[in-house]
Amino acid sequence: MKQETISSLVARRAFLRKIGRAATCAGAIATAGALGVTQKVAAKSEPASSRGSFPTPDYDWTKRRWGFGVDATKCIGCLRCVEACKRENNVPADAHHFNTWVERYVYLEGEAKARVDSQADPQNVAASGSEKEYRFDNRYQDSKVEKAFFVPKLCNQCEHPPCVQVCPTGATYKTKDGVVLIDSKYCIGCQYCVQACPYGARYFNVRTRVTQKCYWCYHRITKGLQPACVEACPVGARIFGDRNDPQSPISLFIRNNRVQVLRPETGNAPNVFYVGIDKEVG
Amino acid sequence: MIEHVAEIAAFSGYVYPNETVVPWTVLITVYPYLTGLVAGAFTVSSLYQVFGMQRFKPVAHFALLTSLCLMLFVPMPLLLHLGHPERAFNAVITPHTTSAFAVFGYAAGFYIVLLMLECWFVFRPHMVQQAQQRSGPLGWLYRVLCMGSYDVSETAMRYDRKWIFALAVIGIPAAHGLHGYVGFVFGSLKSREWWSSDLMPAIFLFSAVISGTALLIVLYVVSCRLRRTVIDLECLKGLAYTLWGFLMFTLVLEGLEFASLVYRGREGIDVIMQYVTGPLLVPFFILQFGIGSLIPLVVLTFMISQGTTGRALIVGITVSAVLVLLAVLMMRWNVVIGGQEISKTGKGLLTYHPLIFGREGLVAAASVLAAPLAFLLLMVRLFPPWAEAPAASASPSPHAGAR
Repeated sequence: MKQETISSLVARRAFLRKIGRAATCAGAIATAGALGVTQKVAAKSEPASSRGSFPTPDYDWTKRRWGFGVDATKCIGCLRCVEACKRENNVPADAHHFNTWVERYVYLEGEAKARVDSQADPQNVAASGSEKEYRFDNRYQDSKVEKAFFVPKLCNQCEHPPCVQVCPTGATYKTKDGVVLIDSKYCIGCQYCVQACPYGARYFNVRTRVTQKCYWCYHRITKGLQPACVEACPVGARIFGDRNDPQSPISLFIRNNRVQVLRPETGNAPNVFYVGIDKEVG
Repeated sequence: MIEHVAEIAAFSGYVYPNETVVPWTVLITVYPYLTGLVAGAFTVSSLYQVFGMQRFKPVAHFALLTSLCLMLFVPMPLLLHLGHPERAFNAVITPHTTSAFAVFGYAAGFYIVLLMLECWFVFRPHMVQQAQQRSGPLGWLYRVLCMGSYDVSETAMRYDRKWIFALAVIGIPAAHGLHGYVGFVFGSLKSREWWSSDLMPAIFLFSAVISGTALLIVLYVVSCRLRRTVIDLECLKGLAYTLWGFLMFTLVLEGLEFASLVYRGREGIDVIMQYVTGPLLVPFFILQFGIGSLIPLVVLTFMISQGTTGRALIVGITVSAVLVLLAVLMMRWNVVIGGQEISKTGKGLLTYHPLIFGREGLVAAASVLAAPLAFLLLMVRLFPPWAEAPAASASPSPHAGAR
């Protein structure tokens, strides 16, 4: 009995030793592999504006064609995306400036038109108690809701961007990979682009005195990371990827769904593709 | 708390979160108003210089000087509005060819040079005379302005007149192009139903002509009172006819534009109708159309048909001109601010509250409007523009007259 115990102990020890060795090897491999990741993570914590190498020097924008998808059927209106974006992109911490926002559409029984609000609605801001944290209030708690859904919004990085068309200096431009950027050191702050965007995606930053908007976290995606909002979304309502890669999440999303864009009649040809939106969403 | 150029706009219905800070403030209503006055005043001057309408002779040079004084201040509201005015020349150094705004620097620069040149030729005899007579800083100023050209012989004058004619001819498309382009800045945007109209440049142009003519009427009448000279009724009547004719065109165009907007009834028209019958009722229907346009039209029609003359004519025309100036200011306001008060969502309305003080406040806007007039007061002393001025030998001297 005792002999057995000893031999089993030896065996266990040998087994553990093996595991230990394996773990060490795995650790070494992981460390080597993680080096790249660590660098990426480190980069993640740095604001884009503080980096000398922006956009990333070894990034080739002719190789990518970025696309963004929104599955409105999945969005739960938690607004983590909005908060993540505000922190990531130095968006003014108030209820009047957003790179991304979420709209709530509610059809009450007997009403033909949807009631629409966003997290910036004063009632929702009051419910949150802060202009820096966002939530949707429970105003429809006692109503008979027929249909309701959330729609995340962001810059559409249009194929024919009217904001770029009207910019007098060329400070805002469309990159080869499809994202519309703003050169904040060249922008004169005339806000013509703010007027030209039919989606309300642009705003004037009073601190920097130039226009600002969502650029799909260009400082992150050019380093192989996902946009902050995509990463923060707990339900996968935001899909991002390279359309040149047929197996990327966005390519699959567009291929496997019947997607829509916002205001196609403008001819802007947006690059944010929606699933599960309704007739009143614009 | 973050400092804003305007107060946060209150809203009803649904507006995009970023819309609650109105991008273009009261200064941007002043900008097309000023360019309109420039184009209008220049039109009157051209009626004499190019089309040879002698009845406009008493105000022709004054109109040109008014045009120049206003034009020099046109960039002011834009510079005050820009987030980075120190980068304003970026639009000139690297103009983005698809942008309407990129044209501004060139168009305005060209037009200012043209106006200065034309003024130089027009006022050259006076400058030469003053340069030769005066000493001290003023004499020095006139001598610098003469740029070494003291020849006022008949041959030289004939040469000058050719230049004035050529510049005035070029000036007509330049002035109207400059202002028509302002209409294009708004009309070409597809993001706002209230602006997006092919008629916008034409409306801006015609309203420019009426505003410039109206300003000249007011300034001419006031200056005659100040100079204690007799108002040339033929000239004033000519101005009134111009005002009357172009006012009709403006009203028809504005009516057509509004009718098409309503008739097309595209998405968002419900909110637009809610807006024009609600918050815009007073500024649009009552001030711009009713008091500002219809009353002057009726008054002018009545006076022209009745052959009114004398003091009643002067009062009637002046009051009509003041009302037209108000109408055009309201038109600029209703276009610029009105367009932004209708949300891009087509589901909500905003209310713009201008700040009183600050870079983009009401005081700044009023100052920008008043500055060219103050400058004009100085300029008419330096360059007496009145028809009797060239005959300087006749008494009273033009300089004394200006006082």
